[in-house]
Amino acid sequence: MPVTVFLILFPLIWAFVIFAIRDNKVRGIAAYIGSGIIIAAVGVLFAQWLINGRVPIKMFFDTEVADHFILAGEIVLMLVVTYLCFKYHKYWISILSIVPTLMLAYFELKGPELHRIPHIYIDHLSMLMCLIVGIIGGMIIVYAVGYMDGYAHHHPEFQDRRNYFLGLLFFFLSAMFGFVMSESLLWIDLFWETTSVCSFLLIGYTRADEAVHNSFRALWMNLAGGVALAVGIIYFGWNSHTVAFHDLINLSTQMHMAYCVLPIALIAFAALTKAAQYPFSTWLIGAMVAPTPSSALLHSATMVKAGIYVLLRLAPAMAGTLTGSMITFIGGFTFFVASIIAIGQSDGKRVLAFSTISNLGLMVACAGVGAPETVWAGVLLMIFHAVSKSLLFQDVGATENAIGSRDIEDMHGLLYRLPRLATFMFIGIAGMFLAPFGMLISKWSALRAAVDESNIILVLFIVFGSATTSFYWTKWMGKLISRSHETGDRLKDITKKNEVVSLTVHAVLMILLCILVPFISKVYVDPLLIEMFGKYEDVLPMGVLYTMIVVIAFVFLVPIFSYFIGRKMRANVKLTYMSGINTGDNTMFVDSFGEPKRLWLSNYYFRSFIHPHQLRIFSQILTTAVLLVMMSMIIGGAL
Amino acid sequence: MGKVKKSPWLLHYDGSSCNGCDIEVLATLTPVYDAERFGVVNTGDPLQADILMITGGINQQNAPVVKQLYDQMPRPKVVVAVGTCACSGGVFRECYNMLGGADSTVPVDIYVPGCAARPESIMDGILKAVALFQKRSDEHDQYEKEHKGEARPVDPSINTAHDKAKLKEMEGTADA
Amino acid sequence: MDHTIYYVIGAILYIVGAPFLGCLMDGAERKLSARMQGRIGPPILQPWYDFVKLLNKQVVTVDRAQFFILLSYLVLMIMSGAMFFSGNDLLMTFFVLSTTGTFLYFAAIVPSSPYSSMAASRELIQEVCYEPAVLLLSVGFYLATGTFNARAVFSQHTSLILFMPGFLASYLFAMIIKLRLSPFDVSTSHHAHQELVQGVTTEMGARNLAIFKMAEWYEMVFLYGVVMVFILNSSPLSILAAVLVDLAMFFCFVLIDNTNARVKWENMLGMSWTVTGLCSGVNLLILMMIR
Repeated sequence: MPVTVFLILFPLIWAFVIFAIRDNKVRGIAAYIGSGIIIAAVGVLFAQWLINGRVPIKMFFDTEVADHFILAGEIVLMLVVTYLCFKYHKYWISILSIVPTLMLAYFELKGPELHRIPHIYIDHLSMLMCLIVGIIGGMIIVYAVGYMDGYAHHHPEFQDRRNYFLGLLFFFLSAMFGFVMSESLLWIDLFWETTSVCSFLLIGYTRADEAVHNSFRALWMNLAGGVALAVGIIYFGWNSHTVAFHDLINLSTQMHMAYCVLPIALIAFAALTKAAQYPFSTWLIGAMVAPTPSSALLHSATMVKAGIYVLLRLAPAMAGTLTGSMITFIGGFTFFVASIIAIGQSDGKRVLAFSTISNLGLMVACAGVGAPETVWAGVLLMIFHAVSKSLLFQDVGATENAIGSRDIEDMHGLLYRLPRLATFMFIGIAGMFLAPFGMLISKWSALRAAVDESNIILVLFIVFGSATTSFYWTKWMGKLISRSHETGDRLKDITKKNEVVSLTVHAVLMILLCILVPFISKVYVDPLLIEMFGKYEDVLPMGVLYTMIVVIAFVFLVPIFSYFIGRKMRANVKLTYMSGINTGDNTMFVDSFGEPKRLWLSNYYFRSFIHPHQLRIFSQILTTAVLLVMMSMIIGGAL
Repeated sequence: MGKVKKSPWLLHYDGSSCNGCDIEVLATLTPVYDAERFGVVNTGDPLQADILMITGGINQQNAPVVKQLYDQMPRPKVVVAVGTCACSGGVFRECYNMLGGADSTVPVDIYVPGCAARPESIMDGILKAVALFQKRSDEHDQYEKEHKGEARPVDPSINTAHDKAKLKEMEGTADA
Repeated sequence: MDHTIYYVIGAILYIVGAPFLGCLMDGAERKLSARMQGRIGPPILQPWYDFVKLLNKQVVTVDRAQFFILLSYLVLMIMSGAMFFSGNDLLMTFFVLSTTGTFLYFAAIVPSSPYSSMAASRELIQEVCYEPAVLLLSVGFYLATGTFNARAVFSQHTSLILFMPGFLASYLFAMIIKLRLSPFDVSTSHHAHQELVQGVTTEMGARNLAIFKMAEWYEMVFLYGVVMVFILNSSPLSILAAVLVDLAMFFCFVLIDNTNARVKWENMLGMSWTVTGLCSGVNLLILMMIR
């Protein structure tokens, strides 16, 4: 069996194995083995692909049987969704599943004869996605085993369905592998729907009212995207007699076929729902109710990245089109607004959620511009974002277990109370935004490309959004390193071993990525661009590259050296200045009644003028209007 | 060996006073007298100050505050008591809550008399303090040179964040 | 690049000379300020005397970590300035500058002291205020010259101010915030006796404060250096013009500092973003259209 098929089928089968195992310990071991095998298989696939000279892997030209399975899968999904919708009295949502499935079934059975195409196609972009899904997804499962034990312990009010949860995670990975490796749009549609349903089930894990409510919101939003996707696929298939993803892009960029405009717009629209852009962002925020590993999975390795993957694929076809402008605007706007809302949040997980939406916005905008530079930036952003978000979510989850809160205000002085977790958190945040790490270089490139494309709105969004982004990250970092206003005693770090393994792997990956940016860009992202655009363009000039290396060296070494110099220095430690009424250990002062009072420091949240709710409503109305107007322009132009 | 006397930074603390001397100290910094021409800066932050300038007397409540501020200042440091109250307690001396002049709590180097002390004499006090500041700085350097690498003897006053025993004692005096 | 040697000299001159020049400017500022208020004022070299004194005092600290963060702040500040004067990539330089600001925030927040922490948060808000203007400035340079490379930007035939007056305006506005001058001295100020105590420097005494002062001098020279870029052109006389413009700006800043009261940070944010959006935005639009 080829590794590709193995990667789709193994997690699928393993999901059922996990589901069937009743004993917690055995199941945990099975999950470790499963994720180990997945990571190994991804490694094998990557090695094979490298040895073959990185030629795109094309497979399965004749797949009549498999196609029937796919169709059957679609129908099963439809039945599951319909059953659940009826069970929870959300009847109308089932329509969003029934209609596209029936349309696709009709198209497959009664539609035109299709050209012979490969059904699996792995190029640089797919391979990258495989690596992200396999490694990060695998590590998240490792983390989840330990976390869910604690979760079941802390939340006796929810039914303990750990087997179901872990099984779902494997199921999700299977769908993601299928999604990124498929070339046939019909296959892609199945896996697309599968991820939607998986995330729906994960969000509703606890079966609490809020969880059910949020999960159905996620479901209808993603299914609505699925409808657009199905319509786009059928329209394209009917006109061109092919359903290959690459054909869609080639026909559009090289032949300038007019019938490609509409499917591209529809598929891009579908990707917006999956990437949680305004006006569809609410489902990702609602997904916070689920246990942390599922958040980590949805935010980093799977789900939202599926949207980004599709948009990056479409990027060359969107360059300079109305669809491109629409996507760029929505992305840029989301980047800016979500980062402002993130400033007003103090719940760690919510900050992460809004920052995910915001960063995805930047990636979406990069894809929408469709220039090689922006795609370069988008790809790098995606890599960094996957690693650092996964790290941060897991870390916040572990911290919550240790201090009993995930509020950033309660993380004051975390570096002195839980040094290990705080260090991981620090690494994750630094990777997210601090110059010269990670995001920064992508921002640099995106900004330049936006200027080149004379996209003034995007330039302004990036520039202002970048300021607000640094604000909410930096104040979080500040909280971590402040001296504690509590007793300052170390807390017991109850992070489980497997959680630590996953966190450490992520942190090491993060640091390696930061150091190796120029290298990764040269050997991986540049070939990816050649493949996508057919021409080579040195996105990162050599001068900048050298500067980058020097800057990275400095930013790493200077604090380290200074730390060692500073440690040797003799210094007289004084009390902090509190107008002379400090009671002796910096944590208390004498109040106006002569009583000692505890000092409490808090961050700025701009609550006086950031009203998340109003801002969200405003953004939703605005973006919906933009989408409606531009989609009707596109449809009107195409028909 | 630096010339530190050109940069005396003040920390002004107004104790139990009628605020007359307080106003005069501020007057010293206004354009008419312009203490800044001698490099004087009124920092308001003990960690950055060289000269602690106290106006008004010391009472039960402000004694620990003055002591803490004095302790927070880095060596070398000079204390100037401005006005009669700071020098001796003045008219408030016999009040039930008074401890006396500034020297009841911290070691005072320069006494500037007057009720209220006139800006000219305050300026004179500052300049005397500056000379003393230079002298102490030189002594400090000399000491550092002679005892290179050695730990300094522990400051008898509270100067570490962890010296809680001292603190208790301090609070004890405040309650007394 | 036969001019490389000039840029290397430029960077070395900056590293060696900037503290002295910055110190003189600081002194001149205090003197000028005093003269505006009808005082005699301290000697021009006063900041230097202060610096020497701070180094001579007993080493005190509130938190040991603060020293190494401040040292990193200083080194990164020197680095971003040196990157600029050695003709590196402008956008990268400004990104490093914003990282440098982050280190100052860390230095102020780490002791967890009330005044220092409050000022640190305000410092962060200041960063939000000026960062768009500074980033847009490099975008403006890119549009006007076609490159982010500072060397190419430095050697223009015509003065860039002709193409980008709006960018200059919003940059100057950002500079008031960055130099912490009234009315935007919300995080700390050079004037004593206020509710902030000493703002971000509240917990910095003796040697730590000396490091901070030195970083401030480097920053000052760097920021005024950026203004000169707008004026320079192929004529040698333009150097004189650039210096004169800098001096004029210097005078204006001191005047503004002396005639304004501190605003609330909400107003600062609103004002700076409005100015940046309007001046830089309109200028950006025009540059994009004529390109």
